[in-house]
Amino acid sequence: MTEPIIHMDEIEKHFGNIIALAGVSFDVFPGECHCLLGDNGAGKSTFIKTMSGVHKPTRGKIFLDGQPMSFDSPRDAMEAGVATVYQDLAMIPLMSVTRNFFMGREPTKGRGVFKRFDTAKANEVTMTEMARMGIHLRSPDQAVGTLSGGERQTVAISRAVYFGAKVLILDEPTSALGVRQTSNVLATIDKVRQKGIGVVFITHNVRHAMAVGDRFTVLNRGKTLGTAARGEIKAEELQDLMAGGQELAELEGSLGGTI
Amino acid sequence: MSEVTTPVEDERLKSEPLGARIMKRPELGAIAGVILVVLFFLATADSSMFTLSGFMNFMTPAAQLGILAIGAAMLMIGGEFDLSIGSMVAFAGLFFAACVVTWGLPLILAIPLTFVFAALVGGVNGTIVIRSGLPSFIVTLAFLFILRGLSLVGLKLATGGSTQLRGVREAVEGDWLAPLFSGDALGGLFSWFASMGLIDTFKSGLPKVPGIPVEIIWFTLIAILATYVLLRTPVGNWIFASGGDRNAASNSGVPVNKVKISLFMLTACCAALVAIITVMDAGSTDARRGFQKEFEAIIAAVIGGCLLTGGYGSAIGAFFGSIIFGMVVIGLTYTDFDQDWFQVFLGTMLLIAVLFNNAIRKRVTGER
Repeated sequence: MTEPIIHMDEIEKHFGNIIALAGVSFDVFPGECHCLLGDNGAGKSTFIKTMSGVHKPTRGKIFLDGQPMSFDSPRDAMEAGVATVYQDLAMIPLMSVTRNFFMGREPTKGRGVFKRFDTAKANEVTMTEMARMGIHLRSPDQAVGTLSGGERQTVAISRAVYFGAKVLILDEPTSALGVRQTSNVLATIDKVRQKGIGVVFITHNVRHAMAVGDRFTVLNRGKTLGTAARGEIKAEELQDLMAGGQELAELEGSLGGTI
Repeated sequence: MSEVTTPVEDERLKSEPLGARIMKRPELGAIAGVILVVLFFLATADSSMFTLSGFMNFMTPAAQLGILAIGAAMLMIGGEFDLSIGSMVAFAGLFFAACVVTWGLPLILAIPLTFVFAALVGGVNGTIVIRSGLPSFIVTLAFLFILRGLSLVGLKLATGGSTQLRGVREAVEGDWLAPLFSGDALGGLFSWFASMGLIDTFKSGLPKVPGIPVEIIWFTLIAILATYVLLRTPVGNWIFASGGDRNAASNSGVPVNKVKISLFMLTACCAALVAIITVMDAGSTDARRGFQKEFEAIIAAVIGGCLLTGGYGSAIGAFFGSIIFGMVVIGLTYTDFDQDWFQVFLGTMLLIAVLFNNAIRKRVTGER
């Protein structure tokens, strides 16, 4: 049995008197896509922000490759190999794909006052990495603003992968996308997984989760309702768990099982 | 990983014609503007405007404005504004004149001190903007008045009641650094040109144009340097990123606050350079120095393709924007038009530039 890359043990997070997370355990193995599901307010955002170093857990431990870790900032987490692609993607539409790709981490050549942005290398890497994810750019100086939502998502993902992510956290990457673009992003997740990177896929769309997930963890009201492996659980059951099993069963009846 | 990926052409993408590519450059508008203005003056102005001496005549004010405009452009690309640069010219001019006249310092001390002083004021400006999170528009508007007022008060203190401080020329005469910041450069070359009969001369055989005014050389060097920094260094990428989206930039590890404060300091230093050059040229300083230059510099930057929202623009654009400016100010004196058309022209140019830039931005980002 291989070791998990990241293991979150009994994480609690309190904001004043609000208990956002009440003991959540979660782990990701290399080359696996672990889906984190939950309705709005379930604590998904707080949880991934704890994993990516934005919040410090009130209680509980984080192990990275078996070693206890404490992230002081998102930068810390990034350097340790935990990369997060947020919904806003940290992309600047007016800037070129290359400039976005290397933003804050520009390759340089020359030394001293002649140290300069190695644009040739940056362009080449960008084109290659994007092609590897199945996106063929017109040119590396194409502005990000001209890309579709799914393509932007892919730029953000391949950027994280290129800069050495071991764990890739994707915060609702498919929530604002059309059908075609969603399948592109799901295909990208699959490619990333094949590289041996652990993917944490946050979503509240059960069908997207079922399409690529290896394991599924459902959060509800700051607690895990359990983790199930692929094939052990059906989409309807996940859906019920997410909604807390309440009236959804009745709703589902009246909607003809379409959600 | 060593797998070879051959670029596959996407059948949905048409290859982009050169024209469309050029259309996306931020400086396009300014270059088109220069061409239009040249055509206009070729048609209306006295032919002496486009002789060598006419060229120097309009390039000198263009250069003085352009040094400010390039600083302003870089700051605008970084997402901030500085309305205090005009007042900063007066304030730095006062400080510089006080250094050489009142305190009798040599230029080797006075010039670096003036730059340090300007950078400090710029740093204060920037720190307030960053720390308070207020729009730089309002913070620097306050400094527009504060610095202008301080210049007046300081001048009166330094001179015992006058708003003009004289005696700079006498004080710097013979200083070995003076030729770098005043007068004309490459005088020897121009005399040689004259002796070869390559350029116009007076009857005495002296060239009509004794050399290139130093500000033009500074202006050109700064434009080249700024373009290099913006397009070919990591810092340039940080400037675009900071102006484009400060959250995205700082999430990606760009030191946004440092970048912005440094840009405020840089802009103030550009103002100080203009102050040093113009004060040494005039031999005195007064409180109206640099009056309304902040607006002219921002207009030149906008004509040069800078977006008011930041994250987009170019130093070359600001370079040509300033040249348009100089040509119009000086060019009108070569025509039969009333010179007061200048302001009408300026406003119109600004409006056209903004409309044009807006259209360009939509092209670049693919908005429809």
